[in-house]
Amino acid sequence: MARSFSVRAQPGFTTVALICFFLLYLPIATLVVYAFNAGTSIAIWEGFSLRWFHQAWNNSQVIDASIRSVQIATAAAILATICATMAALATTRTRAYRGLTAKYAFINAPLMVPEIVTAVALLIVFSRVKIATGYSGLGYLILAHTAFCIPFAYLPIRARLEAMDLSLETAAADLYATRWQAFRRVTLPLLWPGILAGLMLAFVISLDDVVITEFVKSGGQDTLPTYMLGQLRRVVTPEMNAISTVFLAISILIVTVFFFISRKRDV
Amino acid sequence: MPSAAGCDDNQRSRQKERDVFSGVIVPEKPDRNAIEVRGVSKRFGIGENAFKALDNVSVTIRENEFFTLLGPSGCGKTTLLRLIAGFDFPTEGQIMLHGQDIAPLPPFKRPVNTVFQSYALFPHMTVGQNIGFGLEMLGKPKAEVKARVDQMLRLVRMEALKDRRTSQISGGQQQRVALARALAPSPKVLLLDEPLSALDYKLRKEMQSELKRLQTETGITFIFVTHDQEEALTMSDRIAVMSAGKILQVGAPWEIYDRPADRFVADFIGETNFLPGTLGAIENGRTTVTLSSGAMLPATLAEGYVPNGPATIVVRPEHARAIREGGDLRGQVENIVYFGTDTHIHVRLDDRNLFTVRQQNSRSRDCGFVVGDAVGVAIAPDGAQVLKD
Repeated sequence: MARSFSVRAQPGFTTVALICFFLLYLPIATLVVYAFNAGTSIAIWEGFSLRWFHQAWNNSQVIDASIRSVQIATAAAILATICATMAALATTRTRAYRGLTAKYAFINAPLMVPEIVTAVALLIVFSRVKIATGYSGLGYLILAHTAFCIPFAYLPIRARLEAMDLSLETAAADLYATRWQAFRRVTLPLLWPGILAGLMLAFVISLDDVVITEFVKSGGQDTLPTYMLGQLRRVVTPEMNAISTVFLAISILIVTVFFFISRKRDV
Repeated sequence: MPSAAGCDDNQRSRQKERDVFSGVIVPEKPDRNAIEVRGVSKRFGIGENAFKALDNVSVTIRENEFFTLLGPSGCGKTTLLRLIAGFDFPTEGQIMLHGQDIAPLPPFKRPVNTVFQSYALFPHMTVGQNIGFGLEMLGKPKAEVKARVDQMLRLVRMEALKDRRTSQISGGQQQRVALARALAPSPKVLLLDEPLSALDYKLRKEMQSELKRLQTETGITFIFVTHDQEEALTMSDRIAVMSAGKILQVGAPWEIYDRPADRFVADFIGETNFLPGTLGAIENGRTTVTLSSGAMLPATLAEGYVPNGPATIVVRPEHARAIREGGDLRGQVENIVYFGTDTHIHVRLDDRNLFTVRQQNSRSRDCGFVVGDAVGVAIAPDGAQVLKD
């Protein structure tokens, strides 16, 4: 009877697992199913139809908000990833010194600070800047998103750098590579999966943000999530389900693409 | 590699042009110094917490030499290597390469390449790309890089693996790639940081002779760091023995082994017996020592050493014999250790010191003693040396 211990052999394991999966995915499954509802209700099934996808596609507000979301997320993700890469290089390619831990804490602070606090703070600061400069474009949203995306981009990049053998860069320098050449030819190619992971993560986090966007946006600057929030206050039709379903599909696609890229790079 | 020895200067410089290792300095004067370390100190940290990794070290490494820095871990040998490579900068002192002070230069401006302990091969490049990296960084034309890579692959006998990833080859093969990569730009000095320590015994033996062959064929000065005294003795032209940030002795392997400068060197290299004794009159670096048993032995003095008072005498195990009757010292056999080629007889002397005798084995008889036997130790006439403690 010398069987190795396995959590799967514990009594009730299957039951607990099923309940967890059920709770996690039942609401999402319901949402997806009713996106294809022919009727106007999000609770009563009246047959299969793609009409809500059609309607959302022809809703200029939805398209407008989607484009804005992607613009902000792209800009913020790129900026955040650049900052995060530099921060990760600076905090790992150095001898440990007093204050290094404090720097980690500062970089990761946006993960800990309640989002609503950041949102209110940005609202106050940006409203003054808006008055002083007269500029009220997307820049504020991009800046705000960049700021809270940095730690999300930073974590996978730093993890990758810490796993990298420092002697590789030393070897490059020994073989006549200047600092820039060593970075471009050795550090960057090896860091690439980490940077991609950071970029994707930052993109998804930005795309998803409601609280800060709601506070910082000027009139007519709805992103997809804030637009949906606004709609929910009025009439809820399966159009919301359709938009959410597309949103979900895109997120899954991004994660899948990243998974395959990073797997290929690691071999 | 054709050797330049015997050519006149004119011929030599012309040969250098044609030479495939065109970057290699063919010595103008055979005894020119490749590296001269002058009064170098290296401290890590500041104030009272500062750790002195190197303490006023000076050493000269000659052109075309296989030079070994030997010492226990923490003795500063790797620090000295890193200073020569440019990965660290000395706190004080100069490092001259062919008469030019390179101490302030960054590593990519020094014509010096390194074979790392971990090999540090670039995992995202093929074997060929790894070997060509240095030449590419030097801005050599593509065709030249390719020719040189092929030549290096032949040199380390790895032609078949050119397009493999470095993760797809064995440890010994990675070692060869690391060597080829460091030799490809024809450095003036090749630094090797314990490169054989990750290999198993047989492969290590094989790579030892491989390294010697490469050094002879390329004519490049090798500076080799190791803590393995056997490795140092078998491979080196000269050895520097280091301890606690200082160089204790520099010399040919036989000098280090047979004429150790002090007790640390004698103890670190090979097996040694230490005996207390009293010195007689000193004449021409020779003296007569009276041992605790009353036996008198002729002995040489370590060079430059002027003793006063009681001294330590060192005798290598192979310079003594175990005999039944008589002998310079008497004792009892405490242990017998069989090594295949020879047998070590550990003798507990009457003054309670331990003395090891090494005896060559023969197929027709055993060592002739059993544990507990009374035994005499006869020391060879030139076997004893007086040491600085």
